[in-house]
Amino acid sequence: MILSRESRQGLTLISPPFLYAILMLAAPMVMVVTFSFWTQNYLDLDRTPTFANYREAWTGEIFRVLMLRSLMISFFVTTVTVLLAFPIAYFLSFHVKRQKALWLFLITIPFWTSYLLRIFLWKVILGYNGVLNSALMGLGLIDEPLDFILYNVPAVIITLAHAWAPFAILPIFVALERIDRSLLEAAEDLGDGPVRRFLRVTLPLAMPGVLASTLIVFIPTVGDFVTPRLVGGPDGVMIANLIQVYFSKANNAPLATALAVSSMLIVASISLVIFLIGRKIGGRTQ
Amino acid sequence: MTQNAIIEIEGVSKAFGAVTALNGVDATIREGEFFSLLGPSGCGKTTLLRLIAGFDEPTDGTVVIAGQSMAGIPANKRPTNMVFQSYAIFPHLSVADNVGYGLKRKQMSREEINRAVTDALAMVDLAGYGNRAAHELSGGQRQRVALARALVMKPKVVLLDEPLSALDKKLREQMQVELRQLQQQIGITFILVTHDQEEALIMSDRIAVLFEGEIAQLDTPEVLYRRPVSKRVASFIGVMNFLPATITAKAKGALAVDIPSLGKVSLAAGHAPEGLDPASVSTIGVRPEMLTILFDDAEKAECETTGEVTATSYCGDMTYYSVLLPKADEAVTISMRNTAGRSIVPAGTKVRVGWGVESVVLFD
Repeated sequence: MILSRESRQGLTLISPPFLYAILMLAAPMVMVVTFSFWTQNYLDLDRTPTFANYREAWTGEIFRVLMLRSLMISFFVTTVTVLLAFPIAYFLSFHVKRQKALWLFLITIPFWTSYLLRIFLWKVILGYNGVLNSALMGLGLIDEPLDFILYNVPAVIITLAHAWAPFAILPIFVALERIDRSLLEAAEDLGDGPVRRFLRVTLPLAMPGVLASTLIVFIPTVGDFVTPRLVGGPDGVMIANLIQVYFSKANNAPLATALAVSSMLIVASISLVIFLIGRKIGGRTQ
Repeated sequence: MTQNAIIEIEGVSKAFGAVTALNGVDATIREGEFFSLLGPSGCGKTTLLRLIAGFDEPTDGTVVIAGQSMAGIPANKRPTNMVFQSYAIFPHLSVADNVGYGLKRKQMSREEINRAVTDALAMVDLAGYGNRAAHELSGGQRQRVALARALVMKPKVVLLDEPLSALDKKLREQMQVELRQLQQQIGITFILVTHDQEEALIMSDRIAVLFEGEIAQLDTPEVLYRRPVSKRVASFIGVMNFLPATITAKAKGALAVDIPSLGKVSLAAGHAPEGLDPASVSTIGVRPEMLTILFDDAEKAECETTGEVTATSYCGDMTYYSVLLPKADEAVTISMRNTAGRSIVPAGTKVRVGWGVESVVLFD
């Protein structure tokens, strides 16, 4: 096959990252999928292909409960994050006239410390003798520390929503920046007040950014396991924690991978639905 | 055209921080006229249009539309609609939804809206385009949709912010004529902002020429061209040849003007622009087409002088000659129509130049 100079150059450029991607992404994926069809016999693996792991995963109650809880938590986190991110992105795009770069820089400040540290800081804030309880007691609003604010689902939602906020702000900000300001004046000129103008022009045109934020937050948070492990308590356990247990303590990698593949398929199909809805809504703007 | 005022602009000033965009502008725009705001970029013409539309509030002065002061009234409550320079077609809506956008707020039934949208699209020659997506339209079609969207609102005034500047030359010239015809047909007042003097001359009933936030002259296209009040207006609209001159005598009803390059003439006193002190006249202007090269010895003109051709440029229908007149430092431009049988004379040729007293414009 004879390639033009340009395509050879292109291939040379993409080859290293392409190989790297195959090695780091595709190969483990293939391994995970393969493992899920095998069986663990104490110390060795039975390599006869079987659906037994999937049967066990899908009939077992624990997978269903944890999967639904993970999706529920992720849904709340996504909703809260996107709803909070939108006003910030809107403010940045429409009301910050100078030094936008500085504001964007400030938004990245949470990334300056490690994710783990940020979760521990939330423990410090939400804990029994934490900042929140001390403050409320100091103000005399409560007599003894509240014990329902840490080690449960809301704590997981608060921590995750905070951690993912910058990822949600940026796509919405970009979508808002792309809106031609004369469109807003045109809407006003045609009789819309600020609220109607927002609902009829700004929001529909910002939808691609909102959907991007939704996917960016939703997909990784379903599989998060550090946050539920540290602030979730027994009620806040999510699907990734189960997978981790099967991999390590239970020493059942095939079942763990079957769970991982199952949850991956569920998340992928939900994301696809969100994406298709987004295409339908935002399709005409392209 | 009726003579009733639809918009009165009274002492309007607008400052953006330390920058003064408009400085005490007064103008009356009549009902049903095609009014243009003409000027170079940064002269304040777009600012004035935005003050009328309600996107900005004047720092000083008032805008009155249809007898009602617009102070504090936001753009969405004003009887004006705008055609934006970028057209501002909503990208997420179809053509019909774009045109019907403003009608959804009015108390109209679905059928009434549909009928109004169909009529408006037909008016701008886009019948049957209602279901198209905004991104499927060409530049000229977007411009028409923007116009239909404004017209369908039945505003008292349509504001056009350089609506033709993004179109190519042929389409622009076609749209100039169409817009003018449409405006005359429906009789709504149009206010056009443009930096293109030719466009303003072709389309307008009256033109306000703005320089640095002030109206330099407000007149009909013909008066603006024939009797510009200042050298700046004269050279902004078309080409003007300037020659030094002095008023030698001011008798009753007549001015004796000495133009060294052309000769001594007597002008009617009414010839000087209003407010110009005859004593301060130092320059006269004459348009290139008002000077004639007399090729044939038999040709006669009201007044005559001689000159030498220093350069020629041939433009198909016209030839532009640079001619050095006696006692002049710079050559004047003379445009001659290339009629059948008329030859082009080369540089260096001595020629007779004819001109008329009426074509002389006085400047300070």
